Amino acid sequence: MANLPFVVVGLLFLMGLIAIIAENNLFKIAIGVGVMESAANMFLVVLGYRLKGDIPVKFLPGPVDVYVLPTPQALTLTAIVIALATSALMLSLIVMLYRHYGTLDVREIRRLRG
Amino acid sequence: MSWSVHLPALMLAVPLFGAFSTPIVALGGRRARMIWSVLISSVLLVLSFCLLQYVATEGTAVYVMGGKAWNLTLPSGMAYPVRIILEVDSFNSFIAVIGCFASLAGVLFGLRFLDRFSGKIWYSALYFLLTAGMLGLILTGDLFNFFVFLEIASVSSFGLIAYWRDRPESIEASFKYMLVSQIAAMMVLLAIGFLYGRYNLLNMAAVGKVIQFGLAEKVALVFMITALAMKCGAFPMHMWMPDAYAEAPASVTVLLVVVSQASLVGLCRIVFSVFGSAIVGDVVPWALITLGMMSMFFGVSMAVVQHEVKRLMGYHSVSQVGYMLMAFGVGLLAMGDPRQMADFGMTSMKGGIFHMVNYVTYKGLLFLVAGALYYVTGTRDLDKMGGLAKRMPFTTFMFVIAAAAISGIPPFNGFVSKLLIYESSFAVHPALSVVALVTSILTLASFVKVFQTAFLGPEKKEFSKVKEVPASMVLGMAVLTVVILGLSLFPTWVVSHLVEPAATALVDKGAYIGAVLGGGI
Amino acid sequence: MRKPLSLVARTVCDLFAWFLIIFGVYVIIHGDVTPGGGFQGGAIVGSFMALLLVAHGGDRVLEWVKASIYWIMLFVGLMMFIGFGLRGIPEGAFFYNFLAVPHDVAKTMAHGLIPFSGTIGVMDIAVGIEVAGGLTVIILSMFRGIVLHDFADSRKETGHDG
Repeated sequence: MANLPFVVVGLLFLMGLIAIIAENNLFKIAIGVGVMESAANMFLVVLGYRLKGDIPVKFLPGPVDVYVLPTPQALTLTAIVIALATSALMLSLIVMLYRHYGTLDVREIRRLRG
Repeated sequence: MSWSVHLPALMLAVPLFGAFSTPIVALGGRRARMIWSVLISSVLLVLSFCLLQYVATEGTAVYVMGGKAWNLTLPSGMAYPVRIILEVDSFNSFIAVIGCFASLAGVLFGLRFLDRFSGKIWYSALYFLLTAGMLGLILTGDLFNFFVFLEIASVSSFGLIAYWRDRPESIEASFKYMLVSQIAAMMVLLAIGFLYGRYNLLNMAAVGKVIQFGLAEKVALVFMITALAMKCGAFPMHMWMPDAYAEAPASVTVLLVVVSQASLVGLCRIVFSVFGSAIVGDVVPWALITLGMMSMFFGVSMAVVQHEVKRLMGYHSVSQVGYMLMAFGVGLLAMGDPRQMADFGMTSMKGGIFHMVNYVTYKGLLFLVAGALYYVTGTRDLDKMGGLAKRMPFTTFMFVIAAAAISGIPPFNGFVSKLLIYESSFAVHPALSVVALVTSILTLASFVKVFQTAFLGPEKKEFSKVKEVPASMVLGMAVLTVVILGLSLFPTWVVSHLVEPAATALVDKGAYIGAVLGGGI
Repeated sequence: MRKPLSLVARTVCDLFAWFLIIFGVYVIIHGDVTPGGGFQGGAIVGSFMALLLVAHGGDRVLEWVKASIYWIMLFVGLMMFIGFGLRGIPEGAFFYNFLAVPHDVAKTMAHGLIPFSGTIGVMDIAVGIEVAGGLTVIILSMFRGIVLHDFADSRKETGHDG
């Protein structure tokens, strides 16, 4: 029961990976990348949780004895920023691909082969 | 002495500053932008030489970002380091020097190569961001910092590969590369999360001190090796490499080659300096050797049948990466046993490191030559080119040097590194060196084909008025040629003074840990 | 996408759009002690332009907006960031916090809820300005590309012959 968040992370990562490999629409592939990135971020946040912990700021929550770890939160922020930059670039590339090919089907745009 | 301790941070700060300030400098006109980019690249090259010399005289250099002093790794008596620490030993500084050479060659080549296109300001800014990301990958000593610089380098290269945005093939190549790169980056992040969750440490030396080979660490190692092999272009995940290398402009492809080698540096750091002797059993080394063998063979067999120049060279990149993976696998196989290590392990590590350096130089030169051919003839198809040797003497000369180096013909530097790899892999199993030799022969065959088709042969009438490429492009190619000739003419000095300390530093996990954790005030 | 939405949507947008900026600046400045900081506040300020584009339509917004303001914000933020990083080198290491004061002195400097954290707060503000400018530029460029069939310089590249 205590491992439930980690099982959810594994399922989300797998769903994102299957979406990238098996889908035919370019937008769905981009969404699959987003789901995979969210799974990795959630893994980092869940790692830092300590039972009955409170937010890791020195004097805001009052007298507590257990704090949640702050380092994974910083790692997750960085990963979210990187995911944002990548999805912005991926969506712009999809727009330009549609402009060139007229279709969003990934089977039609494979001109580079062999 | 007092400013040279800040060298690792300056190596990261100078290209970042160059990237951020390029659009502001470019307000002053075209010449200002060109002079600024050449200036930043040259300063970076000089700094990397200073760093190489500093590490050779003072030992492993450590730099604490944001600390009270540059070497305060364990502040106020804590047991493990809490800040981001850059750690530079002989291995890192050697690869960093070669990376800076390749960056300077690409900048010089790109000055005139992209004359006819638009958006050159953003090209320069992204180029320096890619250089900063590549240097960060090589010089870092912290696991999460490695991930951040991996992503900086990847995102810059997505933009640069799609530079010719009116060609749909470029956008398709960039999209495919983006998918593979994001999958690899997320796997790296999961592996870092596994190691952090077990030990609550992010510093590579600190993790290396306390690591044991349980189930979570095995999973983390598998994720890391798979992801970083994806970024290098090893066999089952090499699909993006020919496309991306072919569709990017030639000066960008040089940096992409260095970025794949920087990921290989990261792989070596994880396998040798973080895990090191904690790896029990033979499965991991044999997996690396198998990946290497399959990449070598499949890469070169697909390359022989190509008729587009840069795609052919992209497939050759796959096979050359196979050589390095096989060499490092053999080195890892011999790590536990000191007698085997003295026998063939150190030879294969030296061969692998020297091959990495050689690969950057001759592959970069080959891609620049292909770019020069594209600039002059307007096409990349070998069937349409012919008889260019008389008109482009400098380019032909440099192509002959690079092709001889990649095929392993003596006396060039490719021969020395391949000989070290053949010797050591023969001691493990003879079949490995047979595959390596066959790959070399097929490499020679495909480059003879390229030389014959593009340079020799009868002159086509549409190319009767072409001239040699402009001087700055020749200068860019000459930088890499000088490096190849320098490495070829003094092989004993290079192997004993540059490669041997690098191999020793890579294998010696104790020295790596001691430089960070033994420090303090 | 070029035409504005209905009167209700436009009025609600007019009421809330400028508060978005104030809330974003609040999140940026209080980044030391509350959840938030440079990137999160910058993203909130960046959504100001997205809200305007959706509610008022591309025609009216694109002739009103001056993109050069956002480019300048982007570069000011970047230069402040790397400048403060390099300024720390003479005193210690790269990115050293040379404005920090010890904890007991900081408690007596009454800035309300925010303690004085040295260069951390200044870099938060620099990153916030830069992200706000950068995200607005991204949103404007993508909008132009989708709707008006106009990349900034979309004439066919003249360099390719084949």
